[in-house]
Amino acid sequence: MLDAIQQLGRATLDFFERLGRGHLFLMQVLVSVPATLLRPRLVLRQMHSVGVLTLLIIVVSGLFVGMVMGLQGYNTLVDFGAEDSLGVLVALSLVRELGPVVTALLFAGRAGSALSAEIGLMKATEQLSGMEMMAVDPVRRVIAPRFLSAFLSMPLLAAIFSAIGVYGGWFIGVSLLGVDDGAFWSQMQDKVDLHGDVYNGVIKSVVFGFVVGWIALFEGYDAVPTAEGVSRATTQTVVHSALAVLGLDFVLTALMFGD
Amino acid sequence: MTEPVVQIRDLRFARGNRLIFDGVNLDIHAGCVTAIMGPSGTGKTTLLKLIGGQLRPLSGSIRVNGEEVPSLGRHDLYRMRKQLGMLFQSGALLTDINVFENVAYPIREHTRLPEALVRDLVLMKLEAVGLRGAAGLMPSELSGGMARRVALARAIALDPMMVLYDEPFTGQDPISMGVLVKLIRELNDALYMTSVVVSHDVAETSAIADYAYLLSNGKVVDHGEPAALRESESRWSQQFLKALPDGPVAFHYPAAPFYDDLMQGG
Amino acid sequence: MNSRTLEIGVGLFVAAGLAALFMLAMQVSNLASLGGDADSYTVTAGFENIGGLKVRSPVTVSGVRVGRVSAIDYDTTAYEAVVTLSIDSTYNAFPNDTSASIFTAGLLGEQYIALDPGGAMENLGEGSRIRLTQSALVMEQIIGQFLYSMAAKNEEKTSEE
Repeated sequence: MLDAIQQLGRATLDFFERLGRGHLFLMQVLVSVPATLLRPRLVLRQMHSVGVLTLLIIVVSGLFVGMVMGLQGYNTLVDFGAEDSLGVLVALSLVRELGPVVTALLFAGRAGSALSAEIGLMKATEQLSGMEMMAVDPVRRVIAPRFLSAFLSMPLLAAIFSAIGVYGGWFIGVSLLGVDDGAFWSQMQDKVDLHGDVYNGVIKSVVFGFVVGWIALFEGYDAVPTAEGVSRATTQTVVHSALAVLGLDFVLTALMFGD
Repeated sequence: MTEPVVQIRDLRFARGNRLIFDGVNLDIHAGCVTAIMGPSGTGKTTLLKLIGGQLRPLSGSIRVNGEEVPSLGRHDLYRMRKQLGMLFQSGALLTDINVFENVAYPIREHTRLPEALVRDLVLMKLEAVGLRGAAGLMPSELSGGMARRVALARAIALDPMMVLYDEPFTGQDPISMGVLVKLIRELNDALYMTSVVVSHDVAETSAIADYAYLLSNGKVVDHGEPAALRESESRWSQQFLKALPDGPVAFHYPAAPFYDDLMQGG
Repeated sequence: MNSRTLEIGVGLFVAAGLAALFMLAMQVSNLASLGGDADSYTVTAGFENIGGLKVRSPVTVSGVRVGRVSAIDYDTTAYEAVVTLSIDSTYNAFPNDTSASIFTAGLLGEQYIALDPGGAMENLGEGSRIRLTQSALVMEQIIGQFLYSMAAKNEEKTSEE
């Protein structure tokens, strides 16, 4: 019994210690970001591996999510004779929720896990240590450009996801199921607000990019430098990112739309 | 003798609850190859990281070039490290760029030299380790010995005053080992550097070292010139240097008496 | 990776992202159809009951959308709801005896405000108040009135007999 309580206490202390290290790490990264901006080539290279290589999965998923929404939404709305509102349904769901959230989850799975594995491996093979001994700050040289590019890529990816999704819904609804083209777009434009919906969706995706980038890089940087430690860090990144994104999404939604 | 380049006094360092160093005193003199030898797990790599300022000791003093390393701020620490080269056990080459770029890396990070000059410098360093022909290869295409030589070329890219070698001979075939032994000695003499070699390969290290320290259980157990050490009185030194299977370091890991253990099984 | 293809890749990615954002702003949302709040003027109207009217509900004239509801408050002295309408300044020539009614689009649709221009010489301007208003029809009230009148008729019939 006493052992169980001790274990609980130890787990709690470990958790807070890790949380503390995570925040210190974030501070270090944020302090290094301005210096990174002076070297755009480093960020460019990372934008490629974080953003461009994630693009395919985002485009394909966006298209299919939009098409499913079109199909499901039509079947529900047609019962009420409200199939003209299909555009509203598809666009609002995508712009407010599915765009940022699904993109963040896919981003954590594709780019986040890759970042963790890369940083973890660099640590395991003493590359980070080697940089330190060459008087090169690995946080500034390796971590900050990756963080910045995750932060910049997420809103772009989420916007692409939503835009492709709307066209996916349009394709199913208008081209295949015969919803009126004009009604689809005009009702959408009528109901979707630039400030209330589109901006808030972008803000969500920026927050998610920040959080996923932070978690992925911290997990890699804090990994136990062995093969097992790196694989564990990769898994942790996906799990923690998913939980953080969904939890934060609830909080942000409550703040933005829960008037 | 002149003021030592590295002077360590009463160094204590613990990892978790385990005391790794308990009152270590060391002097490393300019222009010499100093060997630090000891069995695995005595914290030889830790010692190098302490000298480089990557770890901080519990107490004691580590002076490099007269500067107290543990109390240096970030900026001064980085300035100090520019004068150090370190060869990691794994080589620690950056895996996403080729050999040439790896050697050019510290030059590009710390200087603003024109591209042609960088190229000349890199080729010079690669020539010194005999790998100018491998400049275009990726680190994954190199053998272990070649990777270590590239790392050596990178460590000397900025002409440091001192190079720290972490287990340079471990896991090398006899030819690579011979090459590395020769390189460490020749580079030390040709570039007027100071070298610190951490190793448990007694024969190779003794062959090039001017002075050697033997570490065990967090203390310096013996030190002197390698030839003198072989004649040392210390039984521990005799066992380590001559690779005897039993001695002060027992063959058996501490355990309950054998007979009791057997009887427990019934 | 060749540095040129890398740059092209990133360039295309950023361009696609910005194009998607632009598309969301122009095509999906109401940026194009309603040029923001800058060139609009507000008038207020008091209603006894606004039913299910909400902020951002449309304001129409003859079925043409001319603005939207920008705020809903309750006046504690007059005991009525005060609705602020934000009307596009292209439509700035409504007579000041224009009346406002709350209607429902379709049977289950949302509620909106319909303006019905009057015949006065002076026009509504910034901060004007619409005096003639007709409240929203609340379903329960209509059904209640209907049932009451039916009952009354039945009573008349029975008393005649």
